[in-house]
Amino acid sequence: MRKICFYFQVHQPYRLKPFRFFDIGDDHYYWDDFLNRSVLRKIAYKCYLPMNSLLLDLIQQYPGQFKVTFSFSGTFMDQLETYAPDVLESFQKLVQTGSVELLSETFSHSLASLKSKDEFGAIVGQHRDKIQQLFDGYTPQVFRNTELIYSDKIGEMVSEMGFKGILTEGAKHVLGWKSPNYVYHNSINPDLKVLLKNFRLSDDIAFRFSNKTWEDYPLTVDKFINWINAIPKNEQVLNLFMDYETFGEHQWAETGIFDFMRALPEAVFKQTDFGFATPSEILEHVPAISAIHVPTPISWADEERDLTAWLGNDLQDEAFDRLYELEHLVKKTNDPDILRDWNYLQTSDHFYYMCTKFFSDGDIHSYFSPYDTPYDAFINYMNVLSDFVLRVKEKSKQEMIA
Amino acid sequence: MKVLMFGWEFPPHISGGLGTACYGLVKGLAHHNQDIIFVVPKLWGDEEPLADFVNGSDVSIDYREKRFKKIWKNLTYLEVSSFLVPYLGPEEYKKFTDYALHDRMDLDDSIFSTKYQFSGKYGKNLMEEVSRYALTGAQIARDRTDFDIIHAHDWLSFPAGIAAKEISGKPLVAHVHATEFDRSGQSVNQPVYDIERAGMHSADHVVAVSQLTKNTIITKYGVPAEKVSVLHNAVLDASIIKSRYNKKVPEKIVTFLGRITFQKGPEYFVEAAKKVLDRDPNVRFVMAGSGDLLNRMIDRVAELRIANKFHFTGFLKGDDVDHMYAISDVYVMPSVSEPFGISPLEAVRHNTPVIISKQSGVAEVLTNAIKIDFWDIDSMADSIFALLHYQGISRMFKEMGSQELKKLKWEHVAAKLVTVYEKTLSTRP
Repeated sequence: MRKICFYFQVHQPYRLKPFRFFDIGDDHYYWDDFLNRSVLRKIAYKCYLPMNSLLLDLIQQYPGQFKVTFSFSGTFMDQLETYAPDVLESFQKLVQTGSVELLSETFSHSLASLKSKDEFGAIVGQHRDKIQQLFDGYTPQVFRNTELIYSDKIGEMVSEMGFKGILTEGAKHVLGWKSPNYVYHNSINPDLKVLLKNFRLSDDIAFRFSNKTWEDYPLTVDKFINWINAIPKNEQVLNLFMDYETFGEHQWAETGIFDFMRALPEAVFKQTDFGFATPSEILEHVPAISAIHVPTPISWADEERDLTAWLGNDLQDEAFDRLYELEHLVKKTNDPDILRDWNYLQTSDHFYYMCTKFFSDGDIHSYFSPYDTPYDAFINYMNVLSDFVLRVKEKSKQEMIA
Repeated sequence: MKVLMFGWEFPPHISGGLGTACYGLVKGLAHHNQDIIFVVPKLWGDEEPLADFVNGSDVSIDYREKRFKKIWKNLTYLEVSSFLVPYLGPEEYKKFTDYALHDRMDLDDSIFSTKYQFSGKYGKNLMEEVSRYALTGAQIARDRTDFDIIHAHDWLSFPAGIAAKEISGKPLVAHVHATEFDRSGQSVNQPVYDIERAGMHSADHVVAVSQLTKNTIITKYGVPAEKVSVLHNAVLDASIIKSRYNKKVPEKIVTFLGRITFQKGPEYFVEAAKKVLDRDPNVRFVMAGSGDLLNRMIDRVAELRIANKFHFTGFLKGDDVDHMYAISDVYVMPSVSEPFGISPLEAVRHNTPVIISKQSGVAEVLTNAIKIDFWDIDSMADSIFALLHYQGISRMFKEMGSQELKKLKWEHVAAKLVTVYEKTLSTRP
């Protein structure tokens, strides 16, 4: 039977509070607790709680047949513990069913894979520890990098860490004529399998579901089933990868997104030759068809599917380089507060807010940003970073003396 | 002597430096027992009673007066309906026009009602208010015959001064605090320039806040040199401010504080910062203020990779301004064109050594400061480095600067002004 793989990304950053120049050297708490809590509670109410209960219903209705996959960032899990233990409990219940796979990622949803192999390895380890702590010793087997960022080199590092597979975007410019609906393998190390997102069908749900100017609006289960059935018979997997907040937050309940998801499994079972599977199951049963060559990093963001949402303009590059030049010093301090802030400061969202690509028509970036402009985001981040540098230097001086 | 003085704003309700200068001058004149009728478009009622204040909004215009029609006719070149707002940056201007386009008034009606409610700000009907203020000036000059001389501050009140002179036949002194060339560089607003020029040429004498401004008046407005006197601004309070606010960072701080616009030369400060940081990383640069060049400066700082040592605070107000001065080790004012520039004197009051551009009026009165050409970033970097590292020179500047400050009193300025009045009255045919 062919397989549909539903993977949902669940991530929330620790947003910075407004941090002024006068606070540098004076105030060492950077996080906007009120904003972070209210965002998390809002999304819990609109998305996490109702969608978790819907998925639990479906899993119980089709035991061993309906399966989904999650990846939780560490910053999300930390916030769950603080602000939403009820949501954490509902995720734990889902994992206990055995029909849910959890993926590995970097703890801080960071871009470390592009900068430092050491740091990349370290925060993947931290993430594993956190998952084990919250989910009864669960150990993820398959990796998913921040924003599905992937290149041959990143794949090689991930395989060295012992993972058997990785998820990434089925970017057009990488695939060319090839289909995303096969299992591929890394071009340097063939042991690492690569699963590619079918971005057309994924984004039909995640982005276009409620778009009234879309020619296929409204998206019904029947329509979607027809598209699934149109997939050539020899293509084995359909990877539907999307943000979990799609359900209820990006697409509001009023759009019918929950009804769509409630009805989809039954239609898949009755009207197609597809079933559901998790990445590990797919990797076990479906052999890789060929290598996939990705010399420069790709991601799942924006039309370009590259890194330009987080890096590339002067603001982003300056902030990014200034952060990672601290790595060596930070590691030496061994101070839990400093390490926590170092972790949270790496979160890719901070760099996303500095993106000037959509300055003029400011769509999706401004939707996700707590700042008015990329310049505000940059100034605030640099002020915080300046204070952080002072703390790190002070601490390492103390330890030298000790 | 009794002076009929036209201003645009008066403390405590001010939005620019003009009101502060008027306040100092009036206070100085009062010290010399001069009587002043001070007219502003709008009075708030909480002004310090230093003069016989007249609220422009309370003055009724008498339309039977035929001479007023002539004044009004002469003012039509002001294009009262144009959206000309010279004190706004591009972003504010955009907001302003968006608003104004949807909320226009019927101009002739409001101009020819007997009373007119001025906003007294640099708002959307600025040109209309300036024209109407001229009629107000004419009316006051007709009603009050007890003054000897007329004194008008900056182009906003020049038409009022001209009208008062026409009605009363008394001599006019035009006081130039800034010219359109300072505000807009080479892209001047023609109507504003025309008003400035008309004011200077109608005046019997012109007062400039610096030699620099005097030169502009001579070369750009064609006023003969002997008709222009220089009266530098002063400070209201020359006492040294001992702030209890402490710096929270270990590095030394070099500050730029002002509007981030073409006139203030912020880009030269950024380039000089890069040069200093290449040599000495233990310095933080701060650019405090807001303006249309802010984002371009942020881009440049990121591009130069100095954002970990170069900070932007946004617009500062109240105590934050004092705190900023207090924690600064060097204050830099790299203005491209600054008729006077009072902020370096504020820095001196906080015992902070200053670097100022030669293209500023304040450079003519402050000896104990480093003076550089605004474009000379090497020299600016050198000077910053020197003031940060060579204690001798910064200590000397601190001591001598505060001495110098004590000499800059409004009483002295007012005394000189009285001489200007007397000379103007005596040379009148």
